[in-house]
Amino acid sequence: MKHRLLTSLIVLGTSLALHAAPISFDFKDPKGVNAIQFHLDSLLEPISGTAGGVSGTVTFDPANPGATTGKIVVAASSLVVSNATMTEHLHSKNWLDVATYPEITFEVTKLSDVKTSGNETTATAAGNFTLRGVTKEISVPVKLTHLAGAFGKRINKPEVKGDLLVIRGEFTINRGDFGIQPGKNEDKVNPVVKLTLGIVGSAPGA
Amino acid sequence: MATSRPIRKVLLVSGLLVAGGTTAFWAAKGAHRGWSQHRVPHKQIDEFTGLEQITYEDRYVPGIEVLAGGVGLGVALAALSLFFHKPKTATNP
Repeated sequence: MKHRLLTSLIVLGTSLALHAAPISFDFKDPKGVNAIQFHLDSLLEPISGTAGGVSGTVTFDPANPGATTGKIVVAASSLVVSNATMTEHLHSKNWLDVATYPEITFEVTKLSDVKTSGNETTATAAGNFTLRGVTKEISVPVKLTHLAGAFGKRINKPEVKGDLLVIRGEFTINRGDFGIQPGKNEDKVNPVVKLTLGIVGSAPGA
Repeated sequence: MATSRPIRKVLLVSGLLVAGGTTAFWAAKGAHRGWSQHRVPHKQIDEFTGLEQITYEDRYVPGIEVLAGGVGLGVALAALSLFFHKPKTATNP
């Protein structure tokens, strides 16, 4: 009897420990939803576009959301706007120079002002944002939603176990700070760019 | 100038056709008042995560620069026709 109780306690303890362990979420979305949207004011009409080439990994601990770390990578060449000529200009050497700087990254180093309610956590994510080869430390208000056991349902395979982590955030950068036409063409293209983050990470088998 | 009258007419009609045709084309394609679009964005919501997804449809929508170019060319052709005056007919006193 004692032996059985001890075994049960060990199994329970192990499962609790596993459940509380940080989960690694892969942000290469199998459904292709992940994108960073960007908006900036310009002559005639605002320029809006998306960057769909999102990848990266975020480690999230449901028991301690404040310990979240990770890195989101965006393929610079995946940035597109509706106008083909503008997209070409955006990719060119004068703007993003995607051939030389193929990646835009945001590496989360610390979460502060963490507030958790149910499966939602709001926080300020501090980290290193790299654009066109220039790295700056920025802070981004984010909302993390942990959808436990939702991975399989989302891909229409409910039998597949796994969690999802949805990250939403919005922030602005000054393009000149990252060497993108600093002080130039500001009457035509606003130096302030608004970036909207809406991405989901998967952790199959979590 | 025996040929000036037909040239004048051709330029005037061409100008009107170019301006009118461009305006009709622009209006028929959605009368988009921004720059031309080569892909049209569509918003969708991922029902499971609630995330907004932008998908692009490969479709050309002429913008204001196409309208301005067409109308400008039409006006230029019509204005050019003014250089081909009607030949003055001699009148008897």
